[in-house]
Amino acid sequence: MHPAFSVIFFTTCSGAGYGLLAMMGILGAAGMLPADRWMGLAGLFFALTLVSVGLMASTFHLGRPERAWRALTQWRSSWLAREGVMAVMTYIPAGLLGLGWIWFEDTSGLWAVAGVVSAILAWLTVICTAMIYKSLRTIHQWHNDWTVPSYLLLSVMSGAVLMSLLTHLFGVINPYIQGLTVVTLALGWGLKTMYWSFNKRSKGLPTVNSAIGIDAAGDVSVLELPHTSANYLMKEMGFKVAQKHADKLRVISHLTGFALPLGFSALAMLVDGYAALACVVVAWGLCSLGIIVERWLFFAEAKHTVNLYYGASSV
Amino acid sequence: MNEVKKPSAILDDPNAADDNVDLSPSLGDEVKYTTCYMCACRCGIKVYLDDGKVRYIQGNRNHPVNGGVLCGKGSSGIMQHYSPARLSKPLKRVGERGSNEFVEIEWDEALQIASERLGNIRNTDPKKLAFFTGRDQSQALTGWWASQFGTPNYAAHGGFCSVNMAAGGLYTIGGAFWEFAEPDWHHAKYFMMFGVAEDHDSNPIKKGLGLLKQRGAKFVAVNPVRTGYGAIADEWVGIRPGTDGLFVMSLVHELLKSGNVDVEYLIRYTNSGWLVIDDEGAADHGLFARDIEGNPLCWDQDAEALANAKSGKVDRPALKGEFTLADGRKAVPSFEILAKRYLDAQYAPEQVAHVCGLKVADIKRIAAELAHVAFKETIEIDQEWTDWTGRKHDKMIGRPVAFHAMRGISAHSNGFHTCRMLHVLQVLLGSVEVPGGFRVKAPYPKHIPPGIKPAGKSGQVNPNTPLPGAPLGFPTGPEDLLVNADGTARRIDKAYSWEHPISSHGMMHMVIHNAWKGDPYKIDTLMMFMANMSWNSSMNTAGTIEMLTDKDEDGNYKIPNIIYSDAYFSEMVPYADLVLPDTTYLERHDCISLLDRPISNADGCADAIRYPVVEPDRDVRGFQSVLIDLGHRLGLPGLTNDDGTAKYPGGLADYMVNHERAPGVGMLGGWRGEQGDKPLKGEVNPNQLNKYIENQSFWQHEFAPDQRYFKMANKNYLDWSADMGLLPNGDPIIFQLYSEVFQKFRLAAEGHGDHNPPKADAERILKYFDPLPIWYQPFEEAMVDTKEYNLHALTQRPMHMYHSWGSQNTWLRQITGKNRMFIHQDVATKIGAVDEDWVWVSSHHARIRCQIKIVDGVNPNTIWTWNAIGKRRGAWNLDEDATEAKEGFLLNHLISELLPQQDDGYRYSNSDPITGQAAWFDLRVKIEKAEPSQYGESYPQFPVIEKFAQLPDTPNISRYGDSFRKKREGK
Amino acid sequence: MTSLPTHTKKKLGLVIDLDTCVGCHACATNCKEWNTGGHSAPLPDYNPYGAEPDGVWFNRVHSFEVKRGDRPNLTINFPRSCLHCDNAECVTVCPTGASYKRSEDGIVLVNTDKCIGCKLCSWACPYGAREFDTDEGVMKKCTLCIDRIYNENLEPEDRQPACVLTCPTGARHFGDLNDPESDVSQLTAARHGRDLMPELGYKPTNKYLPPRARKVDSVDVGAPEELEPFKAEGFLGWLDNVLSK
Repeated sequence: MHPAFSVIFFTTCSGAGYGLLAMMGILGAAGMLPADRWMGLAGLFFALTLVSVGLMASTFHLGRPERAWRALTQWRSSWLAREGVMAVMTYIPAGLLGLGWIWFEDTSGLWAVAGVVSAILAWLTVICTAMIYKSLRTIHQWHNDWTVPSYLLLSVMSGAVLMSLLTHLFGVINPYIQGLTVVTLALGWGLKTMYWSFNKRSKGLPTVNSAIGIDAAGDVSVLELPHTSANYLMKEMGFKVAQKHADKLRVISHLTGFALPLGFSALAMLVDGYAALACVVVAWGLCSLGIIVERWLFFAEAKHTVNLYYGASSV
Repeated sequence: MNEVKKPSAILDDPNAADDNVDLSPSLGDEVKYTTCYMCACRCGIKVYLDDGKVRYIQGNRNHPVNGGVLCGKGSSGIMQHYSPARLSKPLKRVGERGSNEFVEIEWDEALQIASERLGNIRNTDPKKLAFFTGRDQSQALTGWWASQFGTPNYAAHGGFCSVNMAAGGLYTIGGAFWEFAEPDWHHAKYFMMFGVAEDHDSNPIKKGLGLLKQRGAKFVAVNPVRTGYGAIADEWVGIRPGTDGLFVMSLVHELLKSGNVDVEYLIRYTNSGWLVIDDEGAADHGLFARDIEGNPLCWDQDAEALANAKSGKVDRPALKGEFTLADGRKAVPSFEILAKRYLDAQYAPEQVAHVCGLKVADIKRIAAELAHVAFKETIEIDQEWTDWTGRKHDKMIGRPVAFHAMRGISAHSNGFHTCRMLHVLQVLLGSVEVPGGFRVKAPYPKHIPPGIKPAGKSGQVNPNTPLPGAPLGFPTGPEDLLVNADGTARRIDKAYSWEHPISSHGMMHMVIHNAWKGDPYKIDTLMMFMANMSWNSSMNTAGTIEMLTDKDEDGNYKIPNIIYSDAYFSEMVPYADLVLPDTTYLERHDCISLLDRPISNADGCADAIRYPVVEPDRDVRGFQSVLIDLGHRLGLPGLTNDDGTAKYPGGLADYMVNHERAPGVGMLGGWRGEQGDKPLKGEVNPNQLNKYIENQSFWQHEFAPDQRYFKMANKNYLDWSADMGLLPNGDPIIFQLYSEVFQKFRLAAEGHGDHNPPKADAERILKYFDPLPIWYQPFEEAMVDTKEYNLHALTQRPMHMYHSWGSQNTWLRQITGKNRMFIHQDVATKIGAVDEDWVWVSSHHARIRCQIKIVDGVNPNTIWTWNAIGKRRGAWNLDEDATEAKEGFLLNHLISELLPQQDDGYRYSNSDPITGQAAWFDLRVKIEKAEPSQYGESYPQFPVIEKFAQLPDTPNISRYGDSFRKKREGK
Repeated sequence: MTSLPTHTKKKLGLVIDLDTCVGCHACATNCKEWNTGGHSAPLPDYNPYGAEPDGVWFNRVHSFEVKRGDRPNLTINFPRSCLHCDNAECVTVCPTGASYKRSEDGIVLVNTDKCIGCKLCSWACPYGAREFDTDEGVMKKCTLCIDRIYNENLEPEDRQPACVLTCPTGARHFGDLNDPESDVSQLTAARHGRDLMPELGYKPTNKYLPPRARKVDSVDVGAPEELEPFKAEGFLGWLDNVLSK
């Protein structure tokens, strides 16, 4: 699939944003973060900005952005509509959380409930996003049991890395919070590695034979394409990345998205002061880059069944 | 199966399936019927118009040709009509030829220039006008015009297209493949198709194939390439190009050996029993023995005496044996000669298979299948009919084996004989003009050959004088040739010369070369219509371009003057001195006439018109009307009244209604007579055009049920045909398997008679003018080192393109905007190439660079590409970096219009020695990978044709059709 | 409106005969010319005379080769367009309701006034039936000629999809696949019409008829494998036989 920048930006940004929002909500409700208005402002501003920028990016990806409001109407059947509805709804408890934290400097009682609800809605929003992809039977690389856990875990993970940065910036050092970062990085890495391994060995059910209605025994090859320059389908769904290139990018993603941030995040637990801050900043920078690469690969390595008509024998 | 889902209260939207679609939108405000011209098929079309713009083009379901269907080309007519490559105004060249520097001029000035120049030619030496037309079907007008002008130098494109098909048939069965006949789709049980081009009769063939498949008939496709029609064939015979004749001879061998021949059919309908004089050395050796009245003789086995073979009274003529003539000499039935030849062991499948690239068992099997279906699966139609002898038959018996062939076997230097051999096969099987077999279309069958002889002999070409006849015709002996006393050619293309005696469609592919060389003489003006000669319609494209721009020592162009008419900015436009812009088919009158190439089918005759369904939005004029105007300005008698006024001031619309070629015979057969009640023959009906328009632009006349088969011997049909003037009389048309015509030429080459070939040509005549079909290695193959040039190279026309037309059409060019050289996996492996690799393909003449695509369905010794996709940079108002120019390529560059030099230094035309048919598919090549530094664009490339200012800028986006919706929605 | 209807009265669709398609592109171009001025007008063409022309089409014709080992290899021409699936997930994924399936006849349509151009429906279609109009910013697709099949401005015999009427070989058929007596249903049954990618569960309405068995043996036409030379005396002995009758 064509890795559209706007979509990559949207999912990574808003994924991180929701992850951070959820962290704020849960950790705030648990009292593990100070109910300091500046911390609240920084964290929630950061989180909601990431979410909003991401959502706006995805809106500009639309052919008719002025009609975007219509996208909320078909929640009965459409995961994209559900995501829209959840995204809108999440602003409500998030707003309340913010009101409590920033204005009243209070994260307890009803404000804690807002926190937990924010987290749940944030996670549900991320799950809806993931379901958009998972539900597409046309793309085997998405239509599997790795997709939703992956999105969710990576969202939590990105949120944790951001939380790590936030807490260090505000001098809030909590080994459980930092430990959570390390753990989610490790789990995320593990999950992603297993997904990539699944991708390598697993193919979709359809073949070019079933795509054109020919017996399975025949060995099919393209004689002529229906057009001699690329059309929408080839541009949107026919994107191909060379194996060598993809493997190189995967190594980069392993390193920058997971391994190095894991290392630096762990290291941050062993040092303190500016050293620790430097560690988490580096971890965040690398992780952001690595997740963008991971997301790019998520799209680029997805093989839509329409490719069966354009030269692929399997997807 | 439709399962009924239970609705869920929360998750299902009960209003999901509602909408407010306009189910009866308007299709516009007008509907007009005319004839398509996206190719030579001439389907009937129904054109929906809205505010004068074309909304939709549909096939006309009432039309005899297409019955409602419409192919990919016809369906794209909108973009052909609104193409930005269209010319808008007459142009006069002001820069060098090829520089594309023109000024727009008014029609008056253009016609003034043309008439002055042509007038001078006509006053002095009419043959200095060479008038050749490309992809048109107006030969009935243009040929007549040339005749009126007085120049013999006229032809349409048949010589480089498929004259072998036409002549092969017309000299054997009185009809031909192409549009002149069709398989009996409704009754055939076995159908064999040899190399058929998509554009000729394309929709009737597609319809027919659909019907055949439905009916469960077996369909065999004989073609080096397996695409298009071949995809739905039961059996694909991937034959080696140029060997089809040998394959057919082997099938005939099997039939003769086993006695699977329709003897009764041969007796009744062919010259099998005619006695051939056996007197080596005599002036009439090998000709038919005749009685005093000139009737051919046969041996009546019952009377045990010689008899008139055409009397119709001999039930059992001898088909073999030796008989003594009145003068004591021996004679042999022509069938014996035929049988002896093809029974020879050299035609056995075992000898032939490896040459053709086929399996022995397959040849034998196909012969067995043909025989079985023809003789054991005969069909009968319960229909009485009377033959020309007066004998009544109570049934029509059919041998349901049908064949069709086209350019694939035609475009070879051995194509004429191959075509004739295919007809021989059909006739031996008794399957011509029978139910389930192969049926001619009116005005065919004609006498073998038709009686017109080409005009242009010595004394016939004079200033200000029309030719005594048509420039094209059908020679039946050396006396009919257009040669001087010294045997040299009289026509610029050397048609009807000793080099190519039966070139009945002319040799357009030699005109530019010969005019440039001044051989046989120099001309003044080359006038062409719709012929992209400086690109895909020529062999040796680069050479042709050079010839068009070559100058003599005085700095004058060797071809002094070029007048060209076209609707589009093709590659030829820059090489013209005067450009006359044509209309599109939606803006013009035309007549698709029975005097020309008919749209009849086997069950009736038909003709059609075009008339403007859209008004031109630019200063263009239909070429035929321009020709009529020009003819009047030149004072051509047929176009000018005695008082000097124009006979047909209304142009083509006027001419096609009011012109009579013979009393009661005009261009159009429908609604003749003052009351419009005389079909085919009758006085001029001034209201005829309106009748056509009222009747959806066509007219048809269905034959009576008893006229529909055996037309060559069907009394009712023959009498009707004679009454209508389609035939000169009601005599039967007797198939000529053994053809005396060729023997006459041979005898002349041996020195007999008053007309003899020059010594240099005599050997060719002796060798190739065999009265029975022969097979020989295609000339180019025989003359080059086939170890080096180990591959055949062919082109095929895509189904959605027609010659170079299609690239100016945004829809069609999206489908095919570039081409690849298709090669077999074995070839690819040998040179170490994979898909998209760049390769050099070379012939004895030149080399090209292109990209390959590996395919399975191709003869392993053949490579091929799509025809005419490659375009020149800048032409057709395409962007300079269009893939048609950058990656697209022509095979034409590899083909020389001349054969390699022979020992005496002379280079014959690369054509069939009998008809002059351009031997496109004789090409032999070699292939090798190109160096990586050479990748990126095809070779050769030519200097960009600078777009001239008069062409519009092309849009970045086309939203055609938007206005119709906006109008419907009131926006 | 993007829940699928619980059931549809009719299941209008196409039956496409791969044993009769010669790959002429008539269906593709006729569809283009009808629809560029029709319900979804226009079907734009980008860079129409340039290096990389592209455009919105509803029907595309592919050509494939199939190697079958012991059976003859084939060339297959394959027209591809919307199959108006029963379980059309291109409808359910649509967030705005622009994409919908009619309960009357099962036709899947796009309401281009509502479409926001998110392209998700085209991702959901396994067959590549939907092509995005980048100019108008909305998705477009085969309408099964909804503007022809009920159109009272047309003669009854013309109330069929353009591609069906135009197909020169008669390889395309239109009708109600929910009616077992209909021509299309009977054709599908007789020729073992297939779903494309049935394993994905979209339950396409259109059916494809696979190539028939090729008649390559002489026994397929009832003929012997080769002809026996005629046993008779002398040259052309069989002639004597025939002519002595």
